[in-house]
Amino acid sequence: MRILEGEKVTKHFGGLAALHYVDFDINQGEVVGLIGPNGAGKTTLFNLISGSLPTTAGEIRYKGKKITGLKPHQICKMGVARTFQSAQLFAGLTVFENALAASLFGKKRSISVPDAEREAMELLEFVELSPVSTMLAKDLPVANQKRLEVARALATKPELLLFDEVMAGLNPTEVAQVMELITKIRNTGITLFLIEHVMKAIMSICDRIIVLHHGEKIEEGTPQEIAASQKVVEVYLGE
Amino acid sequence: MGSTRGIYKKPFHLGMLFLIFILLATMPFYVQPYLVILLSSIFMYVIITLSWTIFSGPTRYISLASAAFFGVGVYVSAMLGQALPLLVVIAIGGLVSFILALLIGLLTLRLRGMYFIIFTFGISELIRHFILWWEAKFTGTVGRWVVIVDHTTVYYVMLVIFIIALLTAYLIRRSRFGLALRSIGEYEEAATHIGINATVVKTTAFAISAFFMGVAGAIMATRWTYIDPRIAFDPLFSFMPVLMAIFGGTGQLYGPILGAAIFAYLEEILITKFAYYYMLLFGTILIIVIMFLPHGLVGLVQKWGKGGLRR
Repeated sequence: MRILEGEKVTKHFGGLAALHYVDFDINQGEVVGLIGPNGAGKTTLFNLISGSLPTTAGEIRYKGKKITGLKPHQICKMGVARTFQSAQLFAGLTVFENALAASLFGKKRSISVPDAEREAMELLEFVELSPVSTMLAKDLPVANQKRLEVARALATKPELLLFDEVMAGLNPTEVAQVMELITKIRNTGITLFLIEHVMKAIMSICDRIIVLHHGEKIEEGTPQEIAASQKVVEVYLGE
Repeated sequence: MGSTRGIYKKPFHLGMLFLIFILLATMPFYVQPYLVILLSSIFMYVIITLSWTIFSGPTRYISLASAAFFGVGVYVSAMLGQALPLLVVIAIGGLVSFILALLIGLLTLRLRGMYFIIFTFGISELIRHFILWWEAKFTGTVGRWVVIVDHTTVYYVMLVIFIIALLTAYLIRRSRFGLALRSIGEYEEAATHIGINATVVKTTAFAISAFFMGVAGAIMATRWTYIDPRIAFDPLFSFMPVLMAIFGGTGQLYGPILGAAIFAYLEEILITKFAYYYMLLFGTILIIVIMFLPHGLVGLVQKWGKGGLRR
């Protein structure tokens, strides 16, 4: 079953076409990677899905319902959560309050404060941040800030999770830990759509990969197909 | 620290608070009338600053529209004071400001930073000039007389408004609504992506804060006996709460209260004792505070507390 579909998704910034007639779909339970050189339009696509930016043309549907034109908070409540390329935490709030806010406001149905507190605590446990729950978010090292962003996204109880480079800026050990975390998340049944530059990671985690270049989709397939694709190699290495 | 569950948790502080309120409530029985009048003025500043902090504290949107909401309260009092009982007039003053803030909020809260500050300032000036024009054109006079209320009544009404405003501010800080406000202040875009309807949350807080400003204006007008747009919408009512809150520090609830109380008292002393140098002295003190106490009096108290006084 398709959880997310995009049809001729287009985004223009002035005269520049950041995305041009991009069609894509993501099935429930899948892990899909989104790759492409810098400026290919990857983050722009995420911004359109999550409602940060209005689409110029085309339509995005979540579970068959059109979500283009909706506000970010509405899209979040429908079950789509995201993280940001550079962690956008509530720096002056504690780690716990970061997760608590998402748990309180992120769902369609309202939740009682004690339930939200319990849930926030469980999620911090899940990402292994409970020992630092009373620290201010801004005092966390980068790797833990990324984990907190993941916990905060999870606290909205999403069915579809958009990860924008969760591994950027991490060392190899930390990358391995995040990959473990991603596997754990996928095992809970959440569909994942992720932008990533760490090739080793993306090749081993993803069921399917979409390649963007200059705002257009140039290739799509299993990691093996992508690795063997002449087009992709050209885009990355030049002709 | 970011903890909101401030100082009132401990029974000692609760007892202190209770004692202070009893003291304030019995004040008019044993002090000179002058002190009662002075305290009413201090309450006015405390209420405006506290209500300013309800919205601008957590969201970090610096509003300069306080004079608009205060002035609207003043004008409601001047226009309805003869026809309706005092408490009804005060309630209407607050309500009109509340509704005005909802409208202004929906218009301006998509602006951020400097744009928001300038726009809110512009709005209060616009309202002032509009009323000036209206009065000159349709009523033929610029000023209005206000029904006089005795000093003790003004004092008690101020005290009650202060207590209600304090309680409201405290409950908001502790509620999920308060957490939403702080999330918006920390990172608005991220807040909308975890399901917070930023427009609704911000506008509601803005309107609640305006309500108390309007209420304070409505009762304060009765003390002035004569008002005109220059008095009611004096831009000082927009700047003072910001300065007082910075002076006190917005990290804790008692910050703006302390800041406003000390500031208002200082103003009174300086005006009476050094009428010519008052603004100069005032400015100097303010600059010193901002330079050396970036977190206001609250910061000073907390630093002091870490030295061994508390904990």
